[in-house]
Amino acid sequence: MGLNTRQKTRCIALLIFLNHLLNGISLGSVYAIIALGYTMVYGIAKMLNFAHGDVIMVGAYICFFAVSSFSLPPVIGVLLAMALCTVLGMVIERLAYKPLRQATSLAVLITAIGVSYFLQNGAQLLWTSNIKMFPSFFSSQPIELFGGELKVSVAAVVTVAACIVIMLALTWFTGRTKMGKAMRACSEDKSAAQLMGINVDATISMTFAIGSALAAIAGVLFCSVYPTLTPTTGSMPGIKAFTAAVFGGIGSIPGALLGGVLLGVIEIFAGAYISTQMSNAIVFAVLIVVLLVRPTGLLGKQIREKV
Amino acid sequence: MAMLKVDDIHVYYGSIHAVKGVSFEVNEGEVVTLIGANGAGKSTVLNTVSGLLHPRTGSVRFLDQDLKGVTPHKVVERGLAQVPEGRRIFLQMTVEENLEMGAYTQPNSTIAPGIEDVYKRFPRLEERRRQVAGTLSGGEQQMLAMGRALMSRPKLLMLDEPSMGLAPILVEQIFDIIRELHASGTTILLVEQNAQAALSVADRAYVLETGRISLSGTGAELTASDQVRRAYLGG
Repeated sequence: MGLNTRQKTRCIALLIFLNHLLNGISLGSVYAIIALGYTMVYGIAKMLNFAHGDVIMVGAYICFFAVSSFSLPPVIGVLLAMALCTVLGMVIERLAYKPLRQATSLAVLITAIGVSYFLQNGAQLLWTSNIKMFPSFFSSQPIELFGGELKVSVAAVVTVAACIVIMLALTWFTGRTKMGKAMRACSEDKSAAQLMGINVDATISMTFAIGSALAAIAGVLFCSVYPTLTPTTGSMPGIKAFTAAVFGGIGSIPGALLGGVLLGVIEIFAGAYISTQMSNAIVFAVLIVVLLVRPTGLLGKQIREKV
Repeated sequence: MAMLKVDDIHVYYGSIHAVKGVSFEVNEGEVVTLIGANGAGKSTVLNTVSGLLHPRTGSVRFLDQDLKGVTPHKVVERGLAQVPEGRRIFLQMTVEENLEMGAYTQPNSTIAPGIEDVYKRFPRLEERRRQVAGTLSGGEQQMLAMGRALMSRPKLLMLDEPSMGLAPILVEQIFDIIRELHASGTTILLVEQNAQAALSVADRAYVLETGRISLSGTGAELTASDQVRRAYLGG
């Protein structure tokens, strides 16, 4: 092609950069899907559901068993995981959080941590702590761009596509449907919402259901890339996604997307160009800096009231 | 028969005895006002009727049915709407979305005509239909709060301090609207600190003092009462 060595090196460096960027966006999309669950629940119930990460793990296990033990097609496995996680999310809310609706936020927070441990230990009891290798649902043959110079995994493309579809669906739901608008009303002012005739308890329950169904999807997508499934698989992506939600501005749906994608990209770049061991530390350092400058997160709502 | 009958309710916030045996009733087509100073328990009474608070003893009956244990959203379904103190509109939603929320209990087919009715009554809101409610002025926000409550087609409309924080000219407008609503047959329970204005629109009035009803009568009677004049009308 007539490129000299220097140009070739630059070209390769660019392709590697693009490759990292795509991986970052893909990982970030998983974080974004999980972060939506945190941010929606926070927006409406004003609580941090630290058990959310473990719902991801449960979703991944359900899909794993559906596909590996019962030889169901992966799509059915995902749908089953979504259905059962939806129920799980609603049951958790009903049993653990609803009785604490009037309690201090610290009590709710501690309960959420308790639920998280309960799910992890329950999973260990049911499924042992042995590593399960999550099957790969996607072709291992990457999609080749630029004449094979840039390889993109199918899993990454599916993950990003899933994230975009989910974001569009949620935007439509909260902006156009009666229930979605009721959700926004509840997140703004619960007693005013009740005075409109909105059933706030049902709305909170629905929010947990949606968040948990999304967690199941995220679990399957996450394990498709990092296939070692154990009862603690959900905790790290859970914490990262929580960070992403705070980073983007907790309570904000576009914030969850932005925070998730940025976090994924920063994590991959930090690992690639700075240090693999330090990548998590760098991610959290960025979070600290963002929160120092903008305590409400990137797209967080400024608390202002007109009297 | 009384549309709303509140019978000897006692309401507590924790150990604070906020409402100490209040009884009153609102008949169909009436405007009834509860007047009293800040902290007298007026909003507590309204929130108890709406089901947001629960009386420890006593009963609230609406259309001859006990509201005990009825959740706030079910109270709205029965035809009892409240415009809360401080308006409490959804500041981050548009004017039209706020109105849609008001019609949450209504079948979808009635929402569009309901919104048109509200716009007829409050043309300002139509001009600002796509605007986020937080950008409205205080008076417009009060109109939106009232319009939003009317969207549920209430049999009884409860207004909590609709004149609070508004300029005198807007206060007058709000009370004109209350008169119009009354003329069109809406039953209204009005809670106010602005006793003079409230008494001028009311068929009957109750004076609430530190959780108890100290006086009651027709609007004209209370306007003429020395006790009310001294305490609330500045004369």
